[in-house]
Amino acid sequence: MSSDTSKQLLEVRGIGKSFPGVRALNNVNLQLKGGEVLALLGENGAGKSTLMKILAGVQPADEGHILLDGEPVEIKGVQDALDHGIALIHQELNMATNLSVGANIFLGREPQKRGLIDEATIYERSKRYLEMVGLNVDPNIIVGDLTIGRQQLVEIAKALSVDARVLIMDEPTSSLSQKETETLFTAIKDLRKRGVSVIYISHRLGEAKELADRVSVLRDGENAGDLPKEEINHDSMVKLMVGRDISQFYSRTIHKPGEVALEVKNLRTPVHPTHELNFSLRAGEIVGMAGLVGAGRTELLATLFGVTPNVGGEVLVSGKSIDAQSPEEAINAGMALVPEDRKLQGLILEMSVRANMGLASLKRESPNGIFMNDEREGEITQLMIQQMRVKTPSEKQVVRYLSGGNQQKVVIGKWLAMEPRVLLLDEPTRGIDVGAKQEIYGLMEDLAKSGVAILFVSSELEEVMGMSDRTLVMHEGQITGELTREQLSEEAIMQLATGNTEAA
Amino acid sequence: MKTFFSKLIGSQSEGMKRVLGIFVLLMVVYIITAIINPNFVGAYNQENLIRRTSLFGILGIGVALVIITGGIDLSLGSVVCLVGVGVPWLITDQGWSPWIVLILAIVIPMLIGLSHGLLITKLRLQPFIVTLCGLLIYRGVTRGFTGDQTAGFGTDLKGLRWIATGEIPLFPGFGIPFPAVILIVIAIAVGIFLNRTIYGRYLLALGNNEEAAKFSGINTDRMITLAYVICSGLAGLAGLLFVLDLNLAQPVDFGNFYELYAIAAAVLGGCSLRGGSGTIIGVIIGTALLRVLRNMMNMAFLGFQRAEFAVIGAVILGGVIADELAKRAVARKRAAQKQKQEG
Repeated sequence: MSSDTSKQLLEVRGIGKSFPGVRALNNVNLQLKGGEVLALLGENGAGKSTLMKILAGVQPADEGHILLDGEPVEIKGVQDALDHGIALIHQELNMATNLSVGANIFLGREPQKRGLIDEATIYERSKRYLEMVGLNVDPNIIVGDLTIGRQQLVEIAKALSVDARVLIMDEPTSSLSQKETETLFTAIKDLRKRGVSVIYISHRLGEAKELADRVSVLRDGENAGDLPKEEINHDSMVKLMVGRDISQFYSRTIHKPGEVALEVKNLRTPVHPTHELNFSLRAGEIVGMAGLVGAGRTELLATLFGVTPNVGGEVLVSGKSIDAQSPEEAINAGMALVPEDRKLQGLILEMSVRANMGLASLKRESPNGIFMNDEREGEITQLMIQQMRVKTPSEKQVVRYLSGGNQQKVVIGKWLAMEPRVLLLDEPTRGIDVGAKQEIYGLMEDLAKSGVAILFVSSELEEVMGMSDRTLVMHEGQITGELTREQLSEEAIMQLATGNTEAA
Repeated sequence: MKTFFSKLIGSQSEGMKRVLGIFVLLMVVYIITAIINPNFVGAYNQENLIRRTSLFGILGIGVALVIITGGIDLSLGSVVCLVGVGVPWLITDQGWSPWIVLILAIVIPMLIGLSHGLLITKLRLQPFIVTLCGLLIYRGVTRGFTGDQTAGFGTDLKGLRWIATGEIPLFPGFGIPFPAVILIVIAIAVGIFLNRTIYGRYLLALGNNEEAAKFSGINTDRMITLAYVICSGLAGLAGLLFVLDLNLAQPVDFGNFYELYAIAAAVLGGCSLRGGSGTIIGVIIGTALLRVLRNMMNMAFLGFQRAEFAVIGAVILGGVIADELAKRAVARKRAAQKQKQEG
């Protein structure tokens, strides 16, 4: 693909990787020159993170080669990758937040003097690396006391301290403020001047445009194409990422919404107790909720559902005030929540498809409130397996062994069995493959048609723009704006999501 | 018959293999002991073995419910002590009405369980700590109140003592000890609770993943507390039966280590300390295995009987290792099958 004759620092040839039920990567190629910033783009589940984990030695590839300076290398583990000068900075930071900045930078390879840790050397050398990333903090400060943005810079300094030539950053700005993002960008541009190469993973197209010398796009685990700097623009990137007509992927027919199904008045959550939230949801409406990670969207859903009871305000379902102190009460009022983390909050992984499907409706189906209704559980399970097209060898299959998409369908099915009036979905398509995604979109559409009010939180702008009748945007615990379908644009959402309320 | 059985033990098929494995082990130890010392299979010894297994089985079933929630109860032995010493002390030494004392013997342990449950669910204290403190407190209280004096019924309460010492004659010279009947009733009741009621399903679900259970609308705090109440309640009942059987209880060592026997039996019987799995029949067989092992040391390896703990420890460790290896083999086979299907 690349006819470039200048020397490649890193080259990836024909990488393939499979997980149970998913072909994550298929014959993927990638090139990176010294001092180049490469933006690696793709939808969730496109394989970006998997590819980077392979490069960083977190996971082995099933097939393919990795070349450094034209020489094939084998990366057997994280230490191996570091020895080769490849460092991965995770989406979630991996630091000992109880230790100092300097201690973190030299964690595991502390310079020693007479068998004791040489604190003076750590201090001096840390200071040098911190300067390189433009971070002006005392190396003795405890990492946990720094903002997330600054912690990220510490991670980069740590990578530099092992002479990393290739820095991989996985969605580094997902939890950063605008200002912190700018600092990070300055640091990255500085690194480029020093000859350090950066692979920058993001789904924020604006960032790719600002930073990248080249864009490479993955789609469904395969190379979708590259863009040289001159051709990097919004449309060209979206076209490569989606590879299909978006309007068809998100098949929405807008119908007239019915009566108000959910009304939220002056609601205050325990996480942001000073902010009052107000909005409503009509039957048959699909409302998207956008915002950056940490904007308080998940916390809002948890409060609506009674997981973390509110500290003030009122919630009405179908006009009836409910004060959910527990999910039980919210469920009785006709609500359902498909939580963000399906393995942690959605599923009993060691139990069967059937036991999971029946879990929420056990009490309702029980003839006397004590004994289980086996027959009904079986009926519900069969119905849901058919309706949701869950791919499972049998209803007895332990949920752990299903693919992500089918697991998510089990979580949704558990709730559909309760015939909710208000369905709350938190990142409903995170980490599932494109086919299952489309099926879940179709299901949302069908449910809305049948009169269910749907509120869904998503960090994928495409998804929010494709599926919402209306979009609410949150920033630091507040709803900063509401956008109609006509007003929707990536820019408008990002402005509101970063707290800029005037622009929209 | 098969469906009745499987309904009682539930659909945990891997648990079933475990139960089968430990049953085979029980048979092996049983036969070896019988061969070395034929007195082992004598009516007197067998009756005793069944009686002890029944009493310890009640403790095991109780702690199994707690272990299924992912918790632990270290205070069982001290609850046995509290009830076992307290009942004869109040009736014989203090002259209380036996009926009031019997009611207290059931109610107080349940209140103890309730306090464990509330401390664990509401204050979010760790079960290990809460029940470790319980272990110290209940024994300390018993010894303090009674001044460390041995308590017993003497020749009183013969009628009541029958529920522990009595037996249902089967043929001349051998009868089923009545505690076995009590154990069977409890086992069936708890088995039905665990596998046929929604609350049993809740318990298994929250033991696997408390967070997901909560998100499914299950009142997990209430269910966990219930498990501790049942556990301590059964410990109280067992304590009563123990003292009715032995007619003698010393505050300083009555019920010592019983919590460990109960936990060991539950683990041998297939309860994972991670929570979420366990069968009642497994716990009973696990209890029987421990009792037979002890009996074996006393009857077949007379010179080594002081090494009893070492043998029991080694058997449990061996069982758990074998189980872990078997599980890994199954997981590998599963993964290979999966690869094949997809490839």
